[in-house]
Amino acid sequence: MIGVGKMKQYTNVLDKPLSRGRQEVSLSAFAFLFSELVQYNQTQVDNIAELERRLEDAGYAVGARVLELLCHREKGNRRETRLLGILSFVHSTVWKVLFGKVADSLEKGTEHEDEYMISEKELLVNRFISVPKDMGAFNCGAFVAGIVKGVLDGAGFPAVVTAHFVPVDGQQRPRTTILIKFAEEVLRRESRLG
Amino acid sequence: MAAIYSLFIINKSGGLIFYKDYGSAGRMDTNDSLRLASLWHSMHAISQQLSPTTGCAGIELLQAHTFDLHCFQSLTGTKFFVVCEPGTLHMEALLKVIYELYTDYVLKNPFYEMEMPIRCELFDLNLSQEQKPNP
Repeated sequence: MIGVGKMKQYTNVLDKPLSRGRQEVSLSAFAFLFSELVQYNQTQVDNIAELERRLEDAGYAVGARVLELLCHREKGNRRETRLLGILSFVHSTVWKVLFGKVADSLEKGTEHEDEYMISEKELLVNRFISVPKDMGAFNCGAFVAGIVKGVLDGAGFPAVVTAHFVPVDGQQRPRTTILIKFAEEVLRRESRLG
Repeated sequence: MAAIYSLFIINKSGGLIFYKDYGSAGRMDTNDSLRLASLWHSMHAISQQLSPTTGCAGIELLQAHTFDLHCFQSLTGTKFFVVCEPGTLHMEALLKVIYELYTDYVLKNPFYEMEMPIRCELFDLNLSQEQKPNP
């Protein structure tokens, strides 16, 4: 019979099914690429705040795309409407796909209602990076903060997301916390939904 | 147990980029260590020319009465050498491990400038963790 055993040829590339993609990427390759990204941005800016913003913008673009892709692949095109839903989506699904493991913890801020924190012992992007002392509190995790911001903005939960180092007793390396501060409208909508 | 006296890393032009001493036996001041590094760089280069056989890659081991010096040169010309007690074993393996730490925590660090002195916290941290089993 004609066509048996042959791969179906798609005339239009848009008709091809979305592949699962390669599950594993070389860590070294990513580390070098990310290192170049940081170095390139360093030449374009005058101060550290600008550098953080640029890394965040780079991450934002990734986040927006990751949201679309994962909604299609993992959740069968269902949309999260609740706060806790989108947070656990970021904490588990997004982290699992991007970094190979779920985030270490997800906490609600004690001081403010609109603050949530995702913590990680050491962000994958920071694994090989030693920030010199004269750069103060700069954290390359701003890239990951940008990814989270992109996901949340795309899903309809605008927020301000930042990455911080939190020193831990007994450990030489500080933990990293991604602080998510949701906009007013998100909390109002959430309380309306009950 | 045999011990290491000091560790040197020199860049491809012979400048010292990393120096660590273990204990008072290996200790020397900055100027001396810089001098020693460039001296070794030149000796290593000369030995390649002096060798009676072709295809010599330079000195790998120097044995003296009171110390041994093991040297490892990477493909890019960066040299890692360690001064230790005579008869210390597994130094080649140690140099390879240090090379791996260098590629991980120094070369992947965006804040490290090539050929400059190494000031990477993670490199120092992992290096001292490597050394702990060696008393």
